[in-house]
Amino acid sequence: MNIRRKQIYTTILLITLPLLVLVIALFVGRYPKPIWMNPALLGSDEIAQRLVLNLRLPRTITAMLLGMSLAAAGGVMQMLFRNPLVEPGFLGVSQGAGFGASLCIVFLTTNPLAIEGVATLFAVLGLAFSYFFARKMRYGGWLLRLVLAGIAVSAFFSAGLGILKYLADPNSQLQQIVFWLLGGLYSITWKSLLYILPVVIVGIIIIYLMRWRLNLLALEDETAFSLGVSVGRERTLLLAASVAVTAVVISVAGIVAWIGLIIPHIARRITGANAANFIPVSISLGAIFGILCDSLARTLMPGEIPLGIITSLLGAAIFIFLMVKPNLKVKA
Amino acid sequence: MSDRSLLTIDDLTFAYNTTQASALDRVSFEINAGTITTILGPNGAGKTTLLHLLLGLRKPASGSILLEDLPLHEYSRRNLSQWMGLVPQSEHVSFEYTVLEYVLLGRAPYLGPLELPGDGDIVIARDALQKTGIAFLEHRPIPALSGGELQLVLLSRALAQQPRILLLDEPTSHLDLANRNITLRILDQLRKEGTTILFTTHDPEAALIVADTIVLMNKGRVLAAGGFEETFTSEKLTQTYGVPVEVVRTDGIQVVKSMGRLS
Repeated sequence: MNIRRKQIYTTILLITLPLLVLVIALFVGRYPKPIWMNPALLGSDEIAQRLVLNLRLPRTITAMLLGMSLAAAGGVMQMLFRNPLVEPGFLGVSQGAGFGASLCIVFLTTNPLAIEGVATLFAVLGLAFSYFFARKMRYGGWLLRLVLAGIAVSAFFSAGLGILKYLADPNSQLQQIVFWLLGGLYSITWKSLLYILPVVIVGIIIIYLMRWRLNLLALEDETAFSLGVSVGRERTLLLAASVAVTAVVISVAGIVAWIGLIIPHIARRITGANAANFIPVSISLGAIFGILCDSLARTLMPGEIPLGIITSLLGAAIFIFLMVKPNLKVKA
Repeated sequence: MSDRSLLTIDDLTFAYNTTQASALDRVSFEINAGTITTILGPNGAGKTTLLHLLLGLRKPASGSILLEDLPLHEYSRRNLSQWMGLVPQSEHVSFEYTVLEYVLLGRAPYLGPLELPGDGDIVIARDALQKTGIAFLEHRPIPALSGGELQLVLLSRALAQQPRILLLDEPTSHLDLANRNITLRILDQLRKEGTTILFTTHDPEAALIVADTIVLMNKGRVLAAGGFEETFTSEKLTQTYGVPVEVVRTDGIQVVKSMGRLS
């Protein structure tokens, strides 16, 4: 029963490590001075208290959920599309959210909650269009059609986004659009955290519980069918869970690239391809990576660095490192 | 050999498209328990389509398939997957699974939707690897395997399914002679253990080596079905393949010749 014990230890590690990073991150920032705040300050300084409880705590939890969601959704999408280079926003979800947020900024309001709502709506619309066109398309298999439809829908939204940028007031709206597109958690409050929390929890639980089935769904349809899998139904459920968590986190955080692509890769390097093993690791690493990137974003410079820039920078660097060192393999 | 028909295929017709000709046209034959049946025919004869219908992956336009006297569609998906295992013609594996992880996927029919394979499943998967003679590959990553080894992994996965009927789609078409012979020997052994086997092939020799029953197909139709005497005649094979084929007997072994050496 050595294996069982090892599994239990691994699970405990995968849960406690992100929580530990979360607690540490609460004391990282630029108050009272850059980088580190003495935890003892919480007892005496009221500003420190309010800063940690009302700003850093919801923000850091959101960063954790963001990382978990994108990493889990990325892992699922890569399995469902049998393609390790797929990322969670590619079915029109990211570009849809970007378009929706910009639409809201230019024509409606700059209220963050309103932007989140409209962004979610368009993220889901992006997926719905991709799905609809894929159904109508008369070419190729189902997965290929979804990919093609996703590319086309993304292109449409990105063109629309271009028009909105052109129309936007360069002194106020345009800046806001650009900042939103670069991603960031600077506007997170408890309210926006509560807005995404239920969807993220339900989505991640579904993905976690069905993680072994992902291996079956990555098989050719006829093989999966012969193994008793209801391919269409199970694939739709997992796709829906992934898109839902992606859409809500993008709606509050803007477009945060690379997490959904790179974290599942690293997880697979550690555990091997079996989704039963790599999905939990991916979720845990995603949580840590999310917190880490957000902490860097708000600490490195006096002004905030957009989160998307940090994730892209780190993500791309790690990606290149992994690609040029193909034999870097940790034995599970 | 038992005379009891395990699978009865009766007057099966299927078309992919209503405007196109039928992919299967009034196909009828029976499969007895514990035997090897070979569907023999040229490319495009409807062999794979027939396998898909037997799996329940596609529904016939008319006609019926009976599994132990009960129509196929009355079995649940899960139940059917415990009955029948499929070895696909080839498989593209996008991720670096180990052989054991991949073979364990064959346990899916016995696991609930949220269940992971347990120790018992690992024992069964290892047993399947033993049967196909590749237990030593257990920890090898799939992309590092040769074509012949991959074929045996796919077969092992189907065996981990513990099926009573094993369906194989062109199991020998990608293999060299040595690997083909290994595969056919394993099929023979499985038959001795009571598994009912159906495989498609365009290679008459593979049929000659192991088949109990041969079904000759061309353009969606069954030209002949039965033992060697009824099916392996020069005339019927010529009709099946659409090129001259000759069945000759040398040293008591039947050999199929279709073309002399080109000068």
